[in-house]
Amino acid sequence: MTPRMYEVVARRDDLPDTVTLTLAPVDEQCPTPAIGQFNMLWAFGIGEAPISLAGFENGHLIHTIRRVGAVTNSLAASTTGDQIGVRGPYGTGWDLTRAAGRDVLVVAGGLGLAPVRPIITELFANRSSYGRAVLLVGARTPDALLYRDELEQWRGRLDIEVEVTVDSATPSWRGDVGVVTRLVERAPIDPENTTAFVCGPEVMMRFAAVSVVDRGVPAAEVMLSLERNMHCAIGHCGHCQLGPEFICKDGPVVPWPRVKPLLRVAER
Amino acid sequence: MKSISDLLGEHPFFEGLPPEALELISGCGTNVHFDADATIISEDEPADVFYVLRSGRVALEVATPRRGPLVIETVGPGEILGVSWLLPPYRWTFDGRATISTSAVALDAACLRQKCDQDPVLGYEMYKRFAALVRDRLQATRLQLVDFYGNNAS
Ligand SMILES: Cc1cc2nc3c(=O)[nH]c(=O)nc-3n(C[C@H](O)[C@H](O)[C@H](O)COP(=O)(O)OP(=O)(O)OC[C@H]3O[C@@H](n4cnc5c(N)ncnc54)[C@H](O)[C@@H]3O)c2cc1C
Ligand code: FES
Repeated sequence: MTPRMYEVVARRDDLPDTVTLTLAPVDEQCPTPAIGQFNMLWAFGIGEAPISLAGFENGHLIHTIRRVGAVTNSLAASTTGDQIGVRGPYGTGWDLTRAAGRDVLVVAGGLGLAPVRPIITELFANRSSYGRAVLLVGARTPDALLYRDELEQWRGRLDIEVEVTVDSATPSWRGDVGVVTRLVERAPIDPENTTAFVCGPEVMMRFAAVSVVDRGVPAAEVMLSLERNMHCAIGHCGHCQLGPEFICKDGPVVPWPRVKPLLRVAER
Repeated sequence: MKSISDLLGEHPFFEGLPPEALELISGCGTNVHFDADATIISEDEPADVFYVLRSGRVALEVATPRRGPLVIETVGPGEILGVSWLLPPYRWTFDGRATISTSAVALDAACLRQKCDQDPVLGYEMYKRFAALVRDRLQATRLQLVDFYGNNAS
């Protein structure tokens, strides 16, 4: 439960409200995370927030943070040399073992690209273990696209299909315009032999999961990463409860059929 | 070279239609090609044709006085460009521009409407398919209004 100290060794401003921090352990490091897990990041004197791992490289934690309130504002204001407390890693990860030999469909909306970034890294590291790889990304506008440089790099590769769509754009945008669910309809996958990983705001995930299942992907092969308010992150306090699920330990990654009936209830 | 009927038969929109129906519809079709940036349809012009897209991408745009043209939707391979030909006043409501080199089968609307009138079974089938298309587009447009990717959708 006691946070370990990490130092910001790199900072990148992704979007006006979003930064990516690379954190190196000051002394003792947290256990190696599984992809899809999250850490509790502690802004001193302010509080903690659950933040997904957007990467783990050479013992360094990579976190992409969007400013929405006190804690995320403080974390996102950190600069090189600043220290941050880290607890974790927590929660269930993206289970890539179930996708072995199958087509992999990743659907990400907005900031949801951060938690699925390690899936893309894993696909590239062990490309022959998987079938076709398809990444579908949705954002409000071209300016709101996260990791634009990386998306362009991935798009240039021949072993992954990357499609990006935005809600509206000016004619200088040569890509797709429309909601991300429309890309699902024409994704080049063999649906029955596909495992899908979906991440983004909850409404987007709900509709994306439905369109993935409509496309013929078995519902049990559709995984979502949920967000709920958290406090302890270890299954004690009940802050993150969604029906019978404690999202901090039974999630954040959950199979669609398990949470489908629960997702239309507003969080209190 | 593939016939129009073959091309339509390969397109998801016409999936499952019997060969005779495809043959009948293909009588209204021609192969067309547009270079990048070519204008395909223009707002308020007669909607006397629709396009069965085979490759490329078309941006539907609306001109705004201050911000210039805005792209509100794109359609691509396996999709249909144009539903305004279905009902009076048969006028396009948006501009449509090829963003990249685009190939399609253009179906003459008056010709197809006439065939649908003469063969109500075919007509009903076509209108059912277009109704599903319009429903899907309406749903997509509603989702675009929600700010699907922002804080409002969390
Ligand atoms: C498992 C998990 C993983 C997460 N991963 C990331 C991540 O990788 N990057 C990241 O930036 N955030 C992530 N979040 C969200 C992040 O934890 C919250 O944004 C943060 O806790 C807000 O704390 P705050 O003190 O800054 O804002 P608060 O003061 O708690 O909230 C300020 C405002 O933001 C709204 N808000 C709170 N949480 C969210 C949310 N999740 N989404 C949208 N609006 C919210 C509140 O309703 C309030 O209006 C994750 C959350 C969970 C549960
Ligand atoms: S955050 Fe305390 S139980 Fe999940």
